[in-house]
Amino acid sequence: MSKPKVGFYWCASCGGCEEAVVDLAEDILKVVAAVDIVFWPVALDFKRSDVEAMKDGEMAVCFVNGAIRTSEQEEMAHLMRRKSGLIVAFGSCSHLGGIPGLANMNDRESILRRVYRDVPSVANPDGTLPQERCEVPQGHLTLPQLYDSVSTLDQTIKVDYYLPGCPPPVKLIAEAVTAILEGKLPEPGSVLAPNVAMCDECPRKDSKPDKLLIGAFKRPHEILIDSEKCLLEQGLLCMGPVTRSGCGAACVSGNMPCTGCLGATDRVRDFGAKALSALASIADATDDTKIAQLMEGIVDPVGTFYRYSLPASSLYRRVQHDGNGDSRS
Amino acid sequence: MSDQFEPKIVAFFCNWCTYLAADLAGTSRMKYAPNIRVIRLMCSGRVDPQFVFDAFAKGADAVLIGGCHPGDCHYQEGNYKALRRVHLLKRVLKEMGIEEDRFRLEWISASEGEKVRSVVNDMVAKVKALGPLRLTPRPFPQVIPAEPSALVAAMVMGGAQ
Repeated sequence: MSKPKVGFYWCASCGGCEEAVVDLAEDILKVVAAVDIVFWPVALDFKRSDVEAMKDGEMAVCFVNGAIRTSEQEEMAHLMRRKSGLIVAFGSCSHLGGIPGLANMNDRESILRRVYRDVPSVANPDGTLPQERCEVPQGHLTLPQLYDSVSTLDQTIKVDYYLPGCPPPVKLIAEAVTAILEGKLPEPGSVLAPNVAMCDECPRKDSKPDKLLIGAFKRPHEILIDSEKCLLEQGLLCMGPVTRSGCGAACVSGNMPCTGCLGATDRVRDFGAKALSALASIADATDDTKIAQLMEGIVDPVGTFYRYSLPASSLYRRVQHDGNGDSRS
Repeated sequence: MSDQFEPKIVAFFCNWCTYLAADLAGTSRMKYAPNIRVIRLMCSGRVDPQFVFDAFAKGADAVLIGGCHPGDCHYQEGNYKALRRVHLLKRVLKEMGIEEDRFRLEWISASEGEKVRSVVNDMVAKVKALGPLRLTPRPFPQVIPAEPSALVAAMVMGGAQ
């Protein structure tokens, strides 16, 4: 019997998810022994035309990382969907929008202006901005369209499973691959990670007081972080209580607060709203002035609470008072 | 249909104070703007920020939260939790491009039917001046479940946290 065919694709992402696949180390040999990797632009020389030549559903599974931000990524997502039996959204960006999703606080024009004109290190005397079409002596050149808003993979195509994390923890990847190979997948639509809060696997769990009250919010560079005590108790904005476990408390073990990359558990619909709620409730203040003062310690609320999930949130993006957003096919 | 914009305002009122105040306003035949849709919760501390974002995302032009005065919470400190969340929520909503006048927290005790009237009238006037909240249309179809979502079910169940 021929081996199942597997593809990997990347959209708006940093490459860290590809790195996570390589981090399987020796285990990747077991994967290669069990499947045929037929598409993986970052590592193997297959082209889009090779995928187009496949029969529909020919690939057993395709792991797609990265958010959807350009017309090309959208097209490729649809192509992978057609050619693949299962689509796994791989990593925070395809799952929830990820760091690129924070671009939804801006819009295409302001981002292009900033990146190609206003940044002090840019030398662009003519103020040239990327164009979707450009005439050169040899003919015309085209670039994909950059969208106003970043979307998650499941806002673009139907997604069967999610592998959360920035990047997904190696243990979860290995378990997911095993589940696929052994045909022991959970219900479609599931996130392939435990459905409990990160605090549950936190090595500092026992140091968390019964009644947690924060007198002042701190940023990691402002204090000497005690490596044993609950980070929330130390005033740091740790997203552990709202974040799904499965990472083995990696950041907390490195003495840094959890930033919430695995997203929330199944009971939560809007990660940022829940994170905001959890942290506001344990602020130790009852009068307006004191509360206002305390909350000033949270410097960038949207960037903190929606760091990985703005496109997946109820509001999806910042309201554009002067525009009407994208029109997509 | 009149051309004038009639805002839709979702109001989360606590069972013990503000909801009774609204009830009092009604039995006292006080007239106030009919733009609010009241959802009764057991406590203003039960207002999950998800409800607020959800209301805006599903078409509310403004959201009002009403609770017991500080010190009067039926559950001791639910309204303080609401107050702390509201402080942060206001900042997030502002950053998300939603004007300040579209979100309000008021302490209204069971005897303050008159305050329900003045707060609602004032809020409706301010939101009318702002016009409809036009969220940027999503580039993909937004899925609004036909059945009451788990979130709505949770709201119906009530109960303070």
